[in-house]
Amino acid sequence: MTMTDDPATHMGSHRLRREDPALLTGEAQFIDDMSLHGEIWVGIVRSTEAHATILGVDGRAALEIDGVTEVLSGADLAPLWGEGALPCAWPVTDDMRDPAHLPVATSVAKYVGDAVAVVLADSRYAAADGAAAVSVDYDPLPAVVDIEAAVAEGAPLVHEDLGTNESYTWPLIPDPKAVDAAFAGAAHVVSERYVQQRLIPAPMEPRGVIAAPGVANGELTLYSATQIPHILKVMTAVTLDIPEHKIRVVAPSVGGGFGCKLNVYAEEILCCALAMDRGVPVRWTEGRSEAATATIQGRGQVQHIELAADADGKVQAVRVKLLADMGAYLQLVTPGVPLLGAFLYHGCYDVAHYSFECTSVFTNKTPTDAYRGAGRPEATYAVERAMDSLAVAVGVTPEEIRSRNFIAADAFPYESCAELTFDSGDYQAVLDKAVAMADLESVRAEQAQRRADGSNRQIGVGLSSYVEMCGLAPSRVLASLNYGAGGWEAATVRVLPTAKVQVITGSTPHGQGHETSWSMIVADKLGIDPDDVDVLHSDTAISPTGLDTYGSRSLSVGGTAVFMATDKVLDKARLIAAHQLEANEDDLEYFDGAFQVKGTPTAAVPFAAIAFAAFTAHDLPDGMEPNLEAHVTYDPPNFTFPNGTHIAVVEVDTETGNVDIVDYVAVDDCGNQVNPMIVEGQVHGGVLQGAAQALYEDAVYNEDGQIVTVNLGDYLVPSAAEAPVYRVASHVTPSPTNPMGVKGIGEAGTIAATPAVINAVVDALRPTGVTDVTMPASPQTVWRAINEAQGGAS
Amino acid sequence: MIPASFDYEVAESAEHAVSLLADHGDEAKLLAGGHSLIPMMRFRLAAPTVLVDVGRLDDLRYINSANGTISIGALTRHSELEHSALLAESCPMLASVAALVGDPAVRHRGTLGGTLAHSDPASDLPAAVLALGATIVARGPGGDREIAATDFFTGYFESALADDEMIVEVRVAASAGGWNYQKFNRRAQDWAIVGVAVAEGGAGVSLVNMGATPLRASAVEAAVAAGASAGDAAAVAADGLQPPTDLNADADYRRHLARVFTQRALKAAGVA
Amino acid sequence: MESVKFAVNGTERSLEVEPRTLLVHALRDELRLTGTNIGCDSSSCGACTVLVDGQSAKSCTMFAVQADGADITTIEGVADADGKMHPMQQAFHEHHALQCGYCTPGMVMAAISLVEEYPELDDHSVRHGLEGNLCRCTGYQNIVNAVLAVAGSGSATPIRPYQSGQGE
Repeated sequence: MTMTDDPATHMGSHRLRREDPALLTGEAQFIDDMSLHGEIWVGIVRSTEAHATILGVDGRAALEIDGVTEVLSGADLAPLWGEGALPCAWPVTDDMRDPAHLPVATSVAKYVGDAVAVVLADSRYAAADGAAAVSVDYDPLPAVVDIEAAVAEGAPLVHEDLGTNESYTWPLIPDPKAVDAAFAGAAHVVSERYVQQRLIPAPMEPRGVIAAPGVANGELTLYSATQIPHILKVMTAVTLDIPEHKIRVVAPSVGGGFGCKLNVYAEEILCCALAMDRGVPVRWTEGRSEAATATIQGRGQVQHIELAADADGKVQAVRVKLLADMGAYLQLVTPGVPLLGAFLYHGCYDVAHYSFECTSVFTNKTPTDAYRGAGRPEATYAVERAMDSLAVAVGVTPEEIRSRNFIAADAFPYESCAELTFDSGDYQAVLDKAVAMADLESVRAEQAQRRADGSNRQIGVGLSSYVEMCGLAPSRVLASLNYGAGGWEAATVRVLPTAKVQVITGSTPHGQGHETSWSMIVADKLGIDPDDVDVLHSDTAISPTGLDTYGSRSLSVGGTAVFMATDKVLDKARLIAAHQLEANEDDLEYFDGAFQVKGTPTAAVPFAAIAFAAFTAHDLPDGMEPNLEAHVTYDPPNFTFPNGTHIAVVEVDTETGNVDIVDYVAVDDCGNQVNPMIVEGQVHGGVLQGAAQALYEDAVYNEDGQIVTVNLGDYLVPSAAEAPVYRVASHVTPSPTNPMGVKGIGEAGTIAATPAVINAVVDALRPTGVTDVTMPASPQTVWRAINEAQGGAS
Repeated sequence: MIPASFDYEVAESAEHAVSLLADHGDEAKLLAGGHSLIPMMRFRLAAPTVLVDVGRLDDLRYINSANGTISIGALTRHSELEHSALLAESCPMLASVAALVGDPAVRHRGTLGGTLAHSDPASDLPAAVLALGATIVARGPGGDREIAATDFFTGYFESALADDEMIVEVRVAASAGGWNYQKFNRRAQDWAIVGVAVAEGGAGVSLVNMGATPLRASAVEAAVAAGASAGDAAAVAADGLQPPTDLNADADYRRHLARVFTQRALKAAGVA
Repeated sequence: MESVKFAVNGTERSLEVEPRTLLVHALRDELRLTGTNIGCDSSSCGACTVLVDGQSAKSCTMFAVQADGADITTIEGVADADGKMHPMQQAFHEHHALQCGYCTPGMVMAAISLVEEYPELDDHSVRHGLEGNLCRCTGYQNIVNAVLAVAGSGSATPIRPYQSGQGE
């Protein structure tokens, strides 16, 4: 791909999104907007206990309610799924403990929100009334809530039969002796403990499911607010033993996912099983408070990180031990989330020796799973916080400690100590640009002045330089990590007789603008208008092959498949043109939407003529199949490695502990950009989600395992009034991994922002003696940190 | 979430509303803007069996001024307080506090009478009315009675209103003295973690979310009256109070915040 | 059941509803106007924002019976008769002020009401004016810019309440 000033080139331009009009006018259909004839509603009775034996389910009162038709306990439902349990597709170790996870619990409820009974009703309101009227008799069992408590001697067990709360331990220690030696010889050792609080993903659209049976032929259509219709189809087939070719999965317009719709949920399996059994459409729509426990949560780790550095602050070794909270069960990729960060705890720094070990732990809480960044925000947080501690120990600025340790621009491809090959980057150039944009010199002068004045409004500067692994993923690498599927993506480019183009993509957008971006890629290659390219997706009947959207993979894997399929179309078109021009195909060039003989512009065949010729098949080269269509399945040879430096400037009210982000600069290298407008939008939203972890969001459980932050009044998703103004720029080093040179941007902001903001808060408070602030840095938390650092009463 | 079922009655007048309340006893609740009640009903924290809708009583939507007293109809919406030229002139604190309630959509529906009757200790307008020394006019089967704001808030979500009474009017004196309202929260749309209202140059001071009810900070008022500095007066703001502990603040932190924001409010209101 | 009559996007509609029926469910499930979305259950997110008598209101925090006699405008009713988007919709499009689009109908309705209610808007006041509408995708900056563009252009063309009884 070339990014030229040619007005005919769409890639690299701020092209407005074709997705917008339907969304702006209310025409777009989200799952709850649908209605099927004869549908019945499911209401779910959820455990109010974190851990309890279910002694009985009494549905009599519910059955008195007009519209309630059935009340079903887990035991009543068990025959519907037989041996099938909710799938975990990532057994990261051979000895990983993966307890059977039924869609509705039969004997023991293991977290608040665990489904324990189901109400069927003829309306939304009756289902809610029925669920509220079912009474469940519980015999409470001891609950384990805290992950460190879960691994303590004598801790109550989440799964009695496993005999332990540990699911697995996964090490990555290429050379243990070298790590020990580096620490033994280090001039500076930084040793930190950080807590990644649990987060509620909270896409604005809660989840929803409608399962519609085709009774005559044993078919099933599953409509779900999911990021992964393709994976869901396979998993539904396996879980419920329905022939896969009888299942169609459709993701309608999906109102955001952020990883939490990358799953196979109890409600999906439940509605499918009931629909097949009863022969009618069965639907469920999640309530927001229900989502707090029914949908996976993110993060949930205790991190121990140590850096060994020489006297100049050059890091020689990184040693990390994690405790990761799985919750009560393993969902689709729950155990793999820490592994997605496992390779990145040395950050963007040239470090020789590496030691990582993760122990994953069951607790009586909602399962965790992928949430925007999935493992990489946690890793980046730990190393970027620790680098600031190292800077203090060495006595240099945060930017200097980073510069001394960056992987050099001429070191790519770079073999990392965690055994990855980083593709490209110029980390120092990125940092320099960010520092200049933030005008750190002036900010630090202001900071010094306020410190000298003893102001109660202290300024802090926080840097975060990150690198992430995206473009998930080379299938062979996934195999080495025991992941249950590949990492390829599929695309079909189909030229219609009138030279309009259909693109069928296995990527499944839910806000990312794939239709716009994919049309730009195809239009540029074919020399046509993007409006003449339709992009079809998210329905396995239309797009049967794909691995969907997560992990910043869509453009670098799915977009590359589209790019390559378009090349294949052009290859065939070239043969047709050569045939028509009676020229050698090597003598043809494709220019401005037509094949022409090099140096002879008068001898040209426009693309439209080739499209029609392929359709009529009246005069094609001997042996050529009619029609102009190509399919590509692209398996990336490597990950991509987006990187960047973000700088947050905060003002802390030292009297109240309140933190305001007063400036935010983001410089990212996501490789070449197809649509910079969309890239910026991803950065904005990602940064706010990362900043929200730093300052606002926390899925709070009390010691009994009751979740306290159930609704959006208590779980503080920030509004426009809290959001900072973002100043965004990029520095491009194209990725050599794929032909477009793209890397991915979906998670970058979230990865970078959290440590940038907390580093800034700690920087602001350094004169008070504060060296760490736990997340979220709420006013009370900051105020107490100041008090404790100053030895005052808290 | 879905509220439980209830019977619905439309009040044709305040008298009619009162008689409906009398008919249905304590099972009935008045529905005005609904922005306090409906969220509680959706979580089934409240499940009245009868709702008496007073939201159509447009004759109780007014802001008048006579002889130095401003009279505000109970059904006056927060946004109407916010944009009232009369209040901007004669009682700017009330308009400014109203502008900080919830968000614009909430202010379009929520009513002054409704928020007072709800008696949420974390609400803004009850505290403002307290600091201003307002009088609340309640209508019952026996006619109207006046209740001083200081006597109105009797407990956690409890007021001096009888089961068969409704607020019809709120009266405040035109206020010319220095005033300020400090609202501290983590998100702009949220209730105050702590709020402080200062009226009449410190003669009226009240606290939000520092106890079971909106509270008059009498010790602060006395200190200001005795000539104390803003800092000295604010130092006693939390004395003797038992504020709640929740996700955002424990009692100690709330006491600290009360002192900080009382000082800031007093200074902004002109107390040296 | 209660009888309710209101004008929705200029058309008189009559419904029989339970008193507890939330306005948003009446619009979505009874009238099949599904553009108005539901994002929470605590009146926090504003996804369900519509105009009631010309002013923004959270339709999850109103019973349909409370809207009896009202003029209601939903996202389906703001484009002009030819289908040309309202300037606020157009500004959201041009400023990339939406990604997944789920909060968007409510955000647009809140923004239309905001521009109508507050003639003088700047970055700060737009942000506070939209504090009751949550978006998880955009980080808000482009939304604020879109609203400011409309506020500053004088092209806001506020939605006035439709005349009651129109069509009768």
